[in-house]
Amino acid sequence: MLTAILRRLGQMAFVMLGISILVFLIFFATPGSDPASRIAGRNASPQTLEAVRQSFGLDQPLPVQYAIMMKRLFVTQDITSFVNRGYRVIPAVMQAAPITLSLVLGAAILWVIGGVLIGLIAAATRGSLLDKGLMVVGLIGISMPVYWLGEVMNLITQSRLHDTWLFSWVPTLGYKSFSVDPWLWFKTMVIPWFTVAVLYAGLYGRVLRASLVESLQEDYIRTARAKGLSERRVLLRHALRTSLITFVTLFGLDFGALVGGGALLTEVVFGLQGIGKLTFDALQNLDLPVIMANVMYASFFVVAANALVDMAYVVLDPRVRSER
Amino acid sequence: MSDKPADLADLEGAALPPKLARGPWATAFAKLRSDRAAVAAFILLLLIVAACLAAPLYAGDVSGTDPFRSNLNGKIEIEGKKVPVMQPSTTGLGLGTTPIGPTWDIGPFLLGADNQGRDVMARLLYGGRNSLLIAGAATVICLILAGAVGLTAGFFGGIVDTVLSRLLDVLWAFPIYLLAISLSIVLIAHGIEIGPISITSGSLWLPIWIIGIVYVPYIARPIRGQVLSLKESEFVLAAVGLGVPAGRILLRDILPNVTTTLIVFVPLMMALNILTESALSFLSIGVQPPDASWGTIIQDGQTLLYTRPMVALAPGIAIVLTVLALNVLGDGLRDALDPRSKLRIRQG
Repeated sequence: MLTAILRRLGQMAFVMLGISILVFLIFFATPGSDPASRIAGRNASPQTLEAVRQSFGLDQPLPVQYAIMMKRLFVTQDITSFVNRGYRVIPAVMQAAPITLSLVLGAAILWVIGGVLIGLIAAATRGSLLDKGLMVVGLIGISMPVYWLGEVMNLITQSRLHDTWLFSWVPTLGYKSFSVDPWLWFKTMVIPWFTVAVLYAGLYGRVLRASLVESLQEDYIRTARAKGLSERRVLLRHALRTSLITFVTLFGLDFGALVGGGALLTEVVFGLQGIGKLTFDALQNLDLPVIMANVMYASFFVVAANALVDMAYVVLDPRVRSER
Repeated sequence: MSDKPADLADLEGAALPPKLARGPWATAFAKLRSDRAAVAAFILLLLIVAACLAAPLYAGDVSGTDPFRSNLNGKIEIEGKKVPVMQPSTTGLGLGTTPIGPTWDIGPFLLGADNQGRDVMARLLYGGRNSLLIAGAATVICLILAGAVGLTAGFFGGIVDTVLSRLLDVLWAFPIYLLAISLSIVLIAHGIEIGPISITSGSLWLPIWIIGIVYVPYIARPIRGQVLSLKESEFVLAAVGLGVPAGRILLRDILPNVTTTLIVFVPLMMALNILTESALSFLSIGVQPPDASWGTIIQDGQTLLYTRPMVALAPGIAIVLTVLALNVLGDGLRDALDPRSKLRIRQG
């Protein structure tokens, strides 16, 4: 078991190295223009360009530049923006991270519950109209752009139905600190959580249904039925347990994709000052150091999270230990 | 879902009289045609594509305004009265102007105007052209690249496979949107020049290539896996035993088997690409103004969300309908071409 975990850690280190090299190449070695003028932002003065060259060692060979970038990102953590002079990037990322995490985690809880319910109901009533309806709803969920759904939610809860009893509790847009007023924080996050969860719950329901229907054909299910167990017990205690494996794999992947993508768009629409909003604001000013730091930290986090999920597997599922 | 044991189903199949000989493609096509949802989705897609192709006709003959020029002082005639396109605000402090709302009438400003007084319906159709073009071209690029990488890695194995697979691992672990954002932000201001190829900053080729490349591992990995198992299959072993050259085995025995997989991926990739393109454009790093795509129109509508919601709602509805139709068609294609449903795009 230890070797399997060590191997996974090695893999993680390799992928992180690969990603950091890739990010470095994209930002510093893409042909077409001078990296200094890109990093400095729009219409930079010659002095600013010179400062950028100095600060990233752009006159030195590429491997040295890479080392400088990594050192400034992770060791000294003193990368500053050139669009807003003196703005320290890494502390801003650290400050924004909990907001993104609270968005993603809350949404994850909602969509896992929703997905399991949809999957179970659809599998239990397979072939019925309810089953078909749930599957169609799931398909619509994955066909919606998350930021657009967020805007529709805003339109309903902030404007059109805000004065009715239904949504009068929804606070104005923007993040409210948990430490100041937990209840207000909760009320602020409900709509964003729900928005993200709608997208994934349908998909997870679909995947879970497919995998449940598949495991219901297995021999051990026939055995369970032959023992005289109730259909509910067969479904919940026997079929669901094996089907959850696909569910968990998918969860690891999507959790990462969400931190790096879906959450970004959701934060922009709801004005939550997380990593995504930080990236968005930097995109508007072509503020590359901020984007670089966000991309690097977020993708490292995603890689680490996926590695953790895999290692949890090794511990939980004896079959994975012997594989590979 | 039949609950019969597998061996019984096989027996039944064997007892059936031999059908008229039909190739696998014809069988798949017949199966697809009997799938009512897939047929409906296909028709809906055709209608959307036709409407978008007719954009110049609509802008010229129906709306009668240039959807790419701001029209802040324009006036239109509604029920015999001249009405300005940008009307004095009636909400808030009553300062500034609000674009005209939907007329719900075939003619100018069917869906109202945006912040610059441009006809939203006309922009929606022109935007659809860009969204569909980018998604389609990116799909083609992605499938060709992924097909080439997957075939090479799976077929030749050894060091080639190791290098390509590790590269795919890195790309795979890189969150899609972050990769796309990094590439876009670096290229958006100055474009790119590699040897003779140069793409200028406002070109549609930028989002096309970026979206095409970021999804390569999602396709290349399953293709590689398929090639690996095909290499062990009896007909390939037989060909090897007969002394057929490797290139011929690759082209005649392996490629045709992989083609079905690639075709199944087409609508699903299209759907993903439309969503990705719209997200990039929404973040202002996709299609650049004055060009439109569904994503940029949603962004234009963001400031008008509470006063003129149709600007943001309409392109979103267009995206949902298109992506939904593509997903339904994709499911139908998968059922028709890959009955065992081994392919699942998100899991690879």
